Amino acid sequence: MTSITVASGRPGEQGLRSAASRLSRRRNLGTAAVSLPFFAYVAAFLILPTGIVVVGAFLSPTQAFTLDNFKRLTEANTLASFGTSIAVSLISALIGACVGGLAAYALVLGAKPEGLIRRIIVALSSVLAQFGGVMLAFAFIATIGINGIVTMMLQQFLHFTVNPNWLSSLSGLITVYCYFQIPLMIITFLPAVDSIRPQWREACESLGANTWQYWIRIACPILLPRFISALLLLFANSFSAYATAAALFSQRSIIVPLMIQGAIRNEMDPGQQGFAQVLAFAMIVVVAVVMMLSHLLEKRFARWQ
Amino acid sequence: MAVIGLEQESQGVSDTVSSGRADESQPVPATPSHPAQLRALRIRRQRILKSVILLVVLAFLLVPLMAMMLFTVRQPLSGQWGVDAWKAIFTGSGDSLGADMSILWQGLGISLGLCVVTVVLVLALLVPVMVITYLRSPRLARVVEWVSTLPLTIPAIVLVVGLGPIYRWLSADVLSTNPIWLCFAYTILVMPFSYRALAVGMRSIDMRTLAEASRSLGASWPVLFVRVLLPNLWQSILSAAFIGIAVVMGEYTVASLLGRVNLQVALYQLGQSNSQISTAMALLALVFGVVLLVVLDLVADSIKRRRNK
Repeated sequence: MTSITVASGRPGEQGLRSAASRLSRRRNLGTAAVSLPFFAYVAAFLILPTGIVVVGAFLSPTQAFTLDNFKRLTEANTLASFGTSIAVSLISALIGACVGGLAAYALVLGAKPEGLIRRIIVALSSVLAQFGGVMLAFAFIATIGINGIVTMMLQQFLHFTVNPNWLSSLSGLITVYCYFQIPLMIITFLPAVDSIRPQWREACESLGANTWQYWIRIACPILLPRFISALLLLFANSFSAYATAAALFSQRSIIVPLMIQGAIRNEMDPGQQGFAQVLAFAMIVVVAVVMMLSHLLEKRFARWQ
Repeated sequence: MAVIGLEQESQGVSDTVSSGRADESQPVPATPSHPAQLRALRIRRQRILKSVILLVVLAFLLVPLMAMMLFTVRQPLSGQWGVDAWKAIFTGSGDSLGADMSILWQGLGISLGLCVVTVVLVLALLVPVMVITYLRSPRLARVVEWVSTLPLTIPAIVLVVGLGPIYRWLSADVLSTNPIWLCFAYTILVMPFSYRALAVGMRSIDMRTLAEASRSLGASWPVLFVRVLLPNLWQSILSAAFIGIAVVMGEYTVASLLGRVNLQVALYQLGQSNSQISTAMALLALVFGVVLLVVLDLVADSIKRRRNK
């Protein structure tokens, strides 16, 4: 509005241009003013904490630069917990991705998109993918803990005794993680399976391809990038999960998030602060690498859309 | 959640159509090994395989939930059946089971308060900046997207390590140790999910045309925002709020490591003394999440139907 009145009041092209540039400057100022609270908030509560972790990893208790914290990363039990963390995340991600992927395919196969079964499973999955932590631990303790319902039933009907400590073993932890990995895979992978048109298969068959050729030549090249990027998402998801493990393991620090917990709670030793930060820093690095890989794959997948 | 509404051609229909096509006795030299019977066999086999997969997955997902339900009505040690745990929750006193429920109500109250504050905060931060960058500066919009989804890359446990000093300073010098201030951390945790919900809504309406039309009709920015954009976006704002509530209600990591009590921390502490009551409460919280989601789904459905009319 202002630009027109100003420009008509002042003859000549120069006036018009200067008014336009003034307007665009005002627009930019307006955009900046509206964006400022968002960026300020994120800087204070996301960038600053991350910065504290990264810088703190290189600081000694006396605030001097040091690489000593990193030496503790190579200690045997730290390495072991990283190994366990990565193994648990990888196995639960693989199981989750395969089972969830199959389930997503089964949901699309020959079913109506608004079908009842599909709606139920999708709704259930979107709730259960977020279902972690204490409540999940309770669910599994009630199922297969010492006094769990399934434990009792197995004992009564099959005379099979479940190891009471099974839930706090690695295979138990992996099973519990699968409970949120499979639903997460279903909701992230379903759109990819949906994008496969049944007509493609028909076209394939009318051109003489068999099932095997269809999968190798058509379905896999389309689905694989999305599958792997979903797999990486699942990996990052279970690698950063803390609450479930914290509720299941009360004492032992067998995975990295629990080690961080131990380091945070141990306030007697000032060196622990740096240790927590260096562990957190290492976690950021692992997750960042995984996310970067996933981003590259997404880019590659974008070509198919 | 957007998955539910995905438009897709029905494969069932298309399968029958194509098998009908294969029945026609055209000369199809390229597919001698694929007569109609074999295709029908394949489809039948697929159907069996499909049912088996879905049944196994459903069983894996449902058994722990049912076990939770049974666990709340069966005393684990004596084996007696009873609804004492549910009575304790609905009457508000756990005296009959010898449990102190006050921490649970305290945690629940705080979590509900946190839901409100966090949702308001995240919407107030995200909606204006997303609208303005979408309309005026696509480059900045990409920065906003990257920043808002960044918390997915940074595990909550890592964030806690960095938030520790900040909260120590906040609670000692600026605010108090009141758990409601956890909302600052929760806003960050909720941001990626809310961003996605909002982005879906903003992409589905033609915001630029709406903005240009109302601006050229003389609407000021506030009027444009309140009377044009918000009514078009309220569905996605609602879903952003719901996902925020779901995340806040389930949050344990930040609260427990910063030493504040919220619903999940209270559940964990109560679980140490009375696992039945806390399991029942966990089940209730889960049902609450399911109800939220179903309501959201219904809202999305009704809006889609109104648009189609």
